[in-house]
Amino acid sequence: MLSVAGSGHTGGSMGIADILTYLYFSEMRVNPQDPQMPERDRFVLSAAHMAPALYASLAEAGFFPQDELLSLRRMGSRMQGHTVRNMTIGVETTGGSLGQGVSIACGMAAAAKIDHKDWRVFCVLGDGESNEGSVWEAALFAAKFELDNLIFIIDRNNIQLSGNAEDIMPMTPMADKWKAFNWQTIECNGHDYQDIATAFLKAKEEKHRPTCIIANTVPGKGVSFIENKWEWHGKVPNEEQLKTALLELGN
Amino acid sequence: MNKVEIRDLSDLQLKSIRDGFGEGLLMNAEKNPDIVALSADLTESVRMHWFADKYKERFFQTGICEQNMAGVAAGMALSGKIPFIGSFANFSPGRNYDQIRTSICMMNANVKIASSHAGFSYGEDGISVQMLEDIAMMRALPNMTVIVPADAYQASQAVSASLAVDGPVYLRLGRAESPLIFADNSEFILGQAQLLREGLDVLIISTGYLVFRSLLAADYLHKQGVEAAVMNIHTIKPLDESAILSYASKTCAVVVAEEAQMYGGLGGAVAELFAKKLPLPIEMVSVADRFGESATSLELHKKHNLMEDDIVSAANRAITRKVNCP
Repeated sequence: MLSVAGSGHTGGSMGIADILTYLYFSEMRVNPQDPQMPERDRFVLSAAHMAPALYASLAEAGFFPQDELLSLRRMGSRMQGHTVRNMTIGVETTGGSLGQGVSIACGMAAAAKIDHKDWRVFCVLGDGESNEGSVWEAALFAAKFELDNLIFIIDRNNIQLSGNAEDIMPMTPMADKWKAFNWQTIECNGHDYQDIATAFLKAKEEKHRPTCIIANTVPGKGVSFIENKWEWHGKVPNEEQLKTALLELGN
Repeated sequence: MNKVEIRDLSDLQLKSIRDGFGEGLLMNAEKNPDIVALSADLTESVRMHWFADKYKERFFQTGICEQNMAGVAAGMALSGKIPFIGSFANFSPGRNYDQIRTSICMMNANVKIASSHAGFSYGEDGISVQMLEDIAMMRALPNMTVIVPADAYQASQAVSASLAVDGPVYLRLGRAESPLIFADNSEFILGQAQLLREGLDVLIISTGYLVFRSLLAADYLHKQGVEAAVMNIHTIKPLDESAILSYASKTCAVVVAEEAQMYGGLGGAVAELFAKKLPLPIEMVSVADRFGESATSLELHKKHNLMEDDIVSAANRAITRKVNCP
């Protein structure tokens, strides 16, 4: 998809794929036949540059035909470069300016509370994104209003656009920060289904506190020459690299 | 165009425009259970405290977090609520412009942005709070409706009008005690200019607090033998282009008076319109690309040439520049 588009964010999209697969196939209450079902769980991709992973998950789940994925970043496509709200295909929010989806997710969760609804809100954000001060404003808000129907998943992949996350702006200790903001904080291996499932189970059981799952992920997961390389945050494989990558993933 | 009745301005009654907003919010909240309100630690300052006291479960104190407040409001709006977010204009939209642009306007989220202390309405607080660029910022955003009420009565009507829009609305409110202009039965039709006074020599187009000054200026001009029409533009976007064009085609000279920077506000909107459709002389009464300072509202209006005699001079200049008038 990214290769055909010729531009986009490869590393993060590949690293978050396991989490999104878990969410769309094992966790969230969604209905591909009725994307606007009022009782659906909401998914917000705050790190909206990882849109290709979301589109792939939605297509796999049956929200739209898979061949549409190849229209990524083309004029008129529903597969916009960063997510654009389109409820016909299950894309809940417009994003691309980091640190905003987190607030939208808070607002959704608060609205569910006002109406005494049991749907939940899942929000994926990046570790680099957490540089944004507004992320921490959202963290304060969700804790204050006891939004236990809100789950943040931090894609802790340790890279961002211009370098390794710890070099750009150290966020360590990440878990301590969220604990200090009064969130239930759980670390997991973002590629281990059992570990992921355990984390989400704890999130579901928590009362009065929002949950932050810090998912340790490998950007570019599954392709040796992309894995853990910040240089692959914002570029796509050429034809030859794509062949190698698909071969590695096939194995 | 909407011709409306105004009060007898020789019997001056003052009321803060933000009070009208607070009353309008409370009145509409009774009728509409989807309305929620969010405040960034300026609840009473934006007159949201009446709502907050009465509807505790629908009020969200977000703390001094204007960015998050705007995003939270977007999320609530996408979930069926109608949020009003309240702060000073310099913080919202000043600080949270990106959230208003991306999270609110790009999704056409049904959020109402109520911002007080706009213009020089709280002079003493000083330079940072004196927001003069907000009209330009909000007017530039697709999907945004921009409303600037001219008195407290109109501010209350503006709340009701904003609810008729299924999308973002910017409500620009002043803090200062402002003269009541409109008769109690006057109509507020979103997107329609209000003709407050007829006159064929010059058209004064105004918004917000300077509408009152424009009426005073028209009185003074009348004594000089100059007949000035006064038009109130409470809805800056969408602009009532046909009303402005049809009246201006009779006067052939225009003054725009507003408590805002000269670039991009109502003056900018009007100039764009005339440049495209009907080139004619326009004089601006607005802040000349400068920031303010600590002083009373009145002192600042005098220093920045926003007084009725400044409007009179501008009208005379515009009339002198007239060419080829029918």
